Amino acid sequence: MTEYALILVSTILVNNFVLVKFLGLCPFLGVSRKLETAMGMASATTFVLTLSAVLSWVVNTYLLAPLQLEYLQTLTFILVIAVVVQLTEMIVHKTSPLLYKVLGIYLPLITTNCAVLGVALLNIQQEHNFIQTFLYGFGASLGFSLVLILFAAMRERIMVADVPTPFKGASIALITTGLMSMAFMGFAGLIKG
Amino acid sequence: MLAAILALAILAIIFGLLLGYGAIKFKVEGDPVVDQIDAILPQTQCGQCTFAGCRPYAEAIAKGEADINQCPPGGETVILALADLLGRDPKPLNAEHGTHGEKTVVIIDEQVCIGCTLCIQACPVDAILGAAKHMHTVIKSECTGCNLCIPPCPVDCIHIVPVGTTLQTWTWPSPRDEHVHSA
Repeated sequence: MTEYALILVSTILVNNFVLVKFLGLCPFLGVSRKLETAMGMASATTFVLTLSAVLSWVVNTYLLAPLQLEYLQTLTFILVIAVVVQLTEMIVHKTSPLLYKVLGIYLPLITTNCAVLGVALLNIQQEHNFIQTFLYGFGASLGFSLVLILFAAMRERIMVADVPTPFKGASIALITTGLMSMAFMGFAGLIKG
Repeated sequence: MLAAILALAILAIIFGLLLGYGAIKFKVEGDPVVDQIDAILPQTQCGQCTFAGCRPYAEAIAKGEADINQCPPGGETVILALADLLGRDPKPLNAEHGTHGEKTVVIIDEQVCIGCTLCIQACPVDAILGAAKHMHTVIKSECTGCNLCIPPCPVDCIHIVPVGTTLQTWTWPSPRDEHVHSA
């Protein structure tokens, strides 16, 4: 049980995919301008990330490993991710046309969110079992959601702040990311190893 | 090698079927009636029906918020076609919105044009070509004859001209039009 809790804490805080491993920075900067879109993106990514991590593990364990086709992992996982993203897009389009409109191009671009592929590949590398895989993917997406929403909230404040002209726009966003990343390094001592 | 190809192909087929099923299950239905009404309207985007363009008018008709006799450029032909499509009784064109006339286009008197770009902003179909402080001109084949460019012109250099029948544009009168005129 502690092991599972450790995986969650580790992926959410200590090894946060965005701020510590620097994966998935594109949507992190792209959709963090408004809190509402950030929340929509966070939930869509959570769904995609968890589902694709689990599916990738299943495909790897029951198809690639028995046939000794591990060298096809990257290709196959990209296929799995693309399918899950397409499915998510259809569901979002049907259930919430407004969110679909707001997320726009960033919804299909979850496919190229490297955190998604990263989680799928790391799961195999670290030889996780099914439950560990699920928790690792879910934790990673929770970590992504956490920093995305925190960052969006900060950017909304920065929008109305008096930022010096040279720092306006993307520069202040990147500086803020850097500061957040340093803050998250403070969690490094939380878990050993 | 063969195993790899087979495995990937089977996987791709399974995913393809899954997506195909999803596409049917989560199909988003646009309102097909709006498309049909929009296809009948003349697409002049003139706004004489009080809506911003033909598409919004089509949506309003579909919702029952607008009547079918508000389109002067379309005239009787459009009203009859709409009445036929929607199963309503045809009625004469509402004179409040304008009268149906011969198809016209506008021309810009290029000697007088001061290049203010106001007419470019007014044109709903981007049929006016020009830049600030340069002479403007109308692309005749794109002009729908909506006359929306005339009120903004500060020097009144835009004139309405009828599109006369030339050897290139003459066609046999369509039986449908004859039916309309005799009706």
